[in-house]
Amino acid sequence: MVPTSYYVLLSAILFTIGVLGVLLRRNAIVIFMAVELMLNAANLALVAFARERLGVEAQVIVFFVITVAAAEVAVGLALLVAIFRTKRTADVDEVSTLKG
Amino acid sequence: MDALTIPPVDLGLIAPLLVVVTWATGLLLVDTFFIPVGRKKLTGYLAIAGLVVAGLVGLPLWGVSGSTFGGMVRLDPFALTLTWVFLLIGILSITMSLDYLPRQDIEQGEYYPLIMFAVSGMILLAQGADLIVLFLGIETLSITLYILTGFAYPRLTSEEAAMKYLVLGAFAAGFFVYGIALIFGATGSTRLSEIGAYAADRDLGDTNLTLLLGGAAMVLIAFSFKAALAPFHMWIPDVYQGSPTPVAAFMSVGTKGGALAALVRLLFEALPTLNAYWLPVLAGLTALTMVVGNLGAIAQMDVKRMLAYSSIGHAGYVMLGVMVAGEQRGPEAFIFYILVYALSNLGAFAVLIALEHQGEEAWQLDDFAGLYQRQPLLAVAMAIFMFSLAGVPPTAGFMAKFYALTAAWEGGLPWLALVGVLTSAIAAFFYLRVIIRMFMTEPEGEPAPELNRGLTIDIVVAAAGTIIIGLIPAPIFALVERSAVALGG
Amino acid sequence: MLEPYVPVLILFLIAVFIAVFVITLSALLGPRRSTPRKLAPYESGMDPVGPAIRRIPVKFYVVAMLFIVFDIEVVFFYPFALVFRQLGPAGLVIMGVFFVVLLVGFIYEWKKGALRWE
Repeated sequence: MVPTSYYVLLSAILFTIGVLGVLLRRNAIVIFMAVELMLNAANLALVAFARERLGVEAQVIVFFVITVAAAEVAVGLALLVAIFRTKRTADVDEVSTLKG
Repeated sequence: MDALTIPPVDLGLIAPLLVVVTWATGLLLVDTFFIPVGRKKLTGYLAIAGLVVAGLVGLPLWGVSGSTFGGMVRLDPFALTLTWVFLLIGILSITMSLDYLPRQDIEQGEYYPLIMFAVSGMILLAQGADLIVLFLGIETLSITLYILTGFAYPRLTSEEAAMKYLVLGAFAAGFFVYGIALIFGATGSTRLSEIGAYAADRDLGDTNLTLLLGGAAMVLIAFSFKAALAPFHMWIPDVYQGSPTPVAAFMSVGTKGGALAALVRLLFEALPTLNAYWLPVLAGLTALTMVVGNLGAIAQMDVKRMLAYSSIGHAGYVMLGVMVAGEQRGPEAFIFYILVYALSNLGAFAVLIALEHQGEEAWQLDDFAGLYQRQPLLAVAMAIFMFSLAGVPPTAGFMAKFYALTAAWEGGLPWLALVGVLTSAIAAFFYLRVIIRMFMTEPEGEPAPELNRGLTIDIVVAAAGTIIIGLIPAPIFALVERSAVALGG
Repeated sequence: MLEPYVPVLILFLIAVFIAVFVITLSALLGPRRSTPRKLAPYESGMDPVGPAIRRIPVKFYVVAMLFIVFDIEVVFFYPFALVFRQLGPAGLVIMGVFFVVLLVGFIYEWKKGALRWE
């Protein structure tokens, strides 16, 4: 059996890629994908820990996380379409009229 | 196979939450089917009725303590009092929106159920005793707020604010979930009490301690994002400025109240044994928050942005109570501060709405020039709110700040209390600047502000509350003291 | 522990080697004479029609969004279906409540015209 620490390491790497993606990429859709990567890295860690402890509780959590992620992405896409209609761009840097 | 047993569920313990959620769901349908376009105010009235009913349903629960759903949801006086405060926030926010939405041409019936759903998220945060419930609560609150922030669609500033909020909020959610995963890996549970018991009982060992600390750190980062503690506050000014004003008002008090209520439980039920690790970090964040928020506000010529920065500063004062919530005074100061801040801040935003005309933003400091001569009562109300936010006696803001600062002082964080005092002195400058503009300068031919029934009620209630709590704080003190008993322990 | 995977590793290495080797070889040796015809997008030998990246009607977004949400909600039914018998009537009631909430969302979007394809 593959040790749990391998999975956790992999999930940590994926999470880091996701964080860097959010911080470095400028296209809103790519940012959503990076956020999704962060959440799924967490899911991977949860499932790995659940297997180690032979419990289902953490697997149930994964369902909730998936659901919340879907809701978030749905709202995000709707916003993106709205912004695209007004501004014709998906680049987050071009959308910055709020300054102080 | 054996029959699976579903843990017994006591719906009575979540009665207010249940009322809010079912009412909001029903209202969504009622609004779609029966309420014609142009008469959406009716939906607003129904939403207010729902929040009032939820508050009344909570009355018999006073003094009840218990948990249900297998220990995932808890009801105690702390949660119940906060529930009432949140319901009040919801009611005041809806009242100030009733006329604002049609004036801005953004009236849609969904607005009111969405506010109710956001309130339900806040209540869930106050009642949650499990990391999953806290996650769901914070996401219910956040996702509805993303939509509400973008509600002024197709105004680009609103859409942009919503987008920024969503990206950062989702980012924070990622940290939250990963933190939950690590904490679960260390302790094998997501129940706050079980995590606490596990951490207290035995020697964790290096691996588990690292996992637990890493998880706790990530969850704290997520909470700092949601409650806007520096250095995770960057989104606040932009989001407040872009979102519809009532939403900004609701957000400023709602997210803080909800997220920090959950943080109190998290810190003192799940992580009390790790006190030595998180206390210095949070104390540092709090000090930074107070400094950044209040210094940032000085530079703002736009009153809405100034209130945004001031809300960052106030998050710091609320945190004073949160950090010493192990003592009796901590949670007391926390609830008291949230209540007072809600009244004063919602009032100040209501005045902003009164000055806001369709299509033009009258939030510059100059727009307040000579307000006293144009609309004396409005100017007096705004002065009360500014004094309260600055913490000048005899307003409630003074009592709240005093309470929070003494709690921190007695709780063993005297240096932090000192930072609090110094930053309040700085804060007085920019609040008083607004008052000086209103009373000491001549008006520059601005059109008269539009007051209407909803706004008037809001401003009167908020101003009266601010003054009365400032003058006769005893009843509220008594309420707050009895609410904190269950938690203080 | 990992011994059974050694052949897989070898296979993997060979695959990588062949891929890299062939691409390098063709890059080094192959002549490059690009003509407009060669640079055109490949459409099974037909003359290309229009640009390769085309706008998709935004209506698809609404459908996709609704699909995401409902698709995910249905995920909760799978675990329920697995333990349906063990849960007994109480489980049915709980899923009924869940279903009613979904139904409210569905009625709402129907009434709002999100499902109309104009």
